[in-house]
Amino acid sequence: MAGLELLSDQGYRLDGRKPSELRKVQARMGIFTRADGSAYIEQGNTKALAVVYGPHEVRGSRSKTLHDRAVINCQYSMATFSTAERKRRPHGDRKSSEMSLHLKQTFEAAILTQLYPRSQIDIYVKILQSDGGNYSACVNAATLAVIDAGIPIRDYVCACSAGFVEDTPLVDLCHAEETGSGTAVALALLPRGGQIALLQMDARLHQDHLDPVMEAAMTACRSLGQVLDGVVRQHLQEVSILTGE
Amino acid sequence: MKETPLSNCERQFLLKAIEEKKRLDGRQTYDYRNIKITFGTDYGCCIVDIGKTRVLAQVSCELVAPKDSRPTEGILFFNLELSSMASPAFESNRQSELLVKLNRLLERCLRNSKCIDTESLCVVAGEKVWQIRVDIHVLNHDGNIMDAASIAAITALSHFRRPDVGIQGEEVTVYALEERDPIPLSVYHMPICVSFSFFQQGTYLLVDPCEREERVMDGLLVIAMNNVKITWNNQSGAFLNVQKTQSNAFHVR
Repeated sequence: MAGLELLSDQGYRLDGRKPSELRKVQARMGIFTRADGSAYIEQGNTKALAVVYGPHEVRGSRSKTLHDRAVINCQYSMATFSTAERKRRPHGDRKSSEMSLHLKQTFEAAILTQLYPRSQIDIYVKILQSDGGNYSACVNAATLAVIDAGIPIRDYVCACSAGFVEDTPLVDLCHAEETGSGTAVALALLPRGGQIALLQMDARLHQDHLDPVMEAAMTACRSLGQVLDGVVRQHLQEVSILTGE
Repeated sequence: MKETPLSNCERQFLLKAIEEKKRLDGRQTYDYRNIKITFGTDYGCCIVDIGKTRVLAQVSCELVAPKDSRPTEGILFFNLELSSMASPAFESNRQSELLVKLNRLLERCLRNSKCIDTESLCVVAGEKVWQIRVDIHVLNHDGNIMDAASIAAITALSHFRRPDVGIQGEEVTVYALEERDPIPLSVYHMPICVSFSFFQQGTYLLVDPCEREERVMDGLLVIAMNNVKITWNNQSGAFLNVQKTQSNAFHVR
């Protein structure tokens, strides 16, 4: 869009943030009683809901059963009211399938699947409001849901998006920045070991700019990891008060 | 048909060989297999061989109404098909994970990088634009379909010629190939995908994995580059420490 200044002269973005500032994160765990684990996260205006069922017996085709580890089944969907224009999203379309695939790969790397042979873990994520950083919100919500379900996980999986505008790396992009700037890097990181679970980039980026964008994204993921840690500890405190420990 | 599982001893043999920097076909770690590109008789038909992996790409065009959100741009459509002749593991099952992954990677690599000028495909703004369709069929699977498909797609697009159009007032005439010479597409740059496979949690890196190496790999990194800039794509599976030494490998290519 012409005339939309993604980075002002004073160094402020469209919503008044600095380039390395994350949006406000609010999260809650254990919102549904029926599911084994559930979580809700808000990153700025992006709202995502994640639900985990499992580990349980492999449903559907028995041939998918793995003899030495659990199968992870992910499904990503966007609510029809999540974007500015109402769009009917059929489940099988390519973009949803790709996102589901990315989520599956991310969590296969993080969850200790060897502890549950011949079983299946289902992760369902739904975007209720989309304002950029859909994948990151999904991964963060799913991490909290998996922790809420009590499934052993190697480390928090924190995801963040990053872009590059006017020689400055921007972190945690909103929708206008994602469509406007062109470049969008999505990074899912396991903060303690510095290990990358998934890295994805759209549109073009010059080779020299890759390092600063990666560095900015990794720092943002680490800060997000601390936020998620705080959420989990607070939830545990509340639950332990309720159960009277 | 389900893929025949890889035996444990074969898996161990492959991993041990990779640790000693040896590959099955005698290549070095950063070596590509022989790439051969042949063209068919029609404009826009191209066959690419990387070693034994063979991929066929065919480009075709037709006049359609443009998308509402982009009335002055042509449409670029990619379709990759894993035909059952390529590997006994490929069934006509449409929703296979590999198919979705390859299709999306190809779309991101070629469409989002804006390598073709879509504005020049517009004939009548808001009514008629050219839809360029690239159909890619995998004929033989011996690993690294992604690279072969990206090379085939961009080569076929560069080879393709679309019919000339004449506009007189309200009338649009599409000239046949005999009447007027067809026009090539305007290609800005040629992005090519390069695949790196990781083993032992990122300790070992191989370029252009063959089918056996793909079965035992921990993760895959696909980078789409042209000779000037980068467009990255996906990195899938497992975790790995991307250290500085390994990122230098990207600059090698």
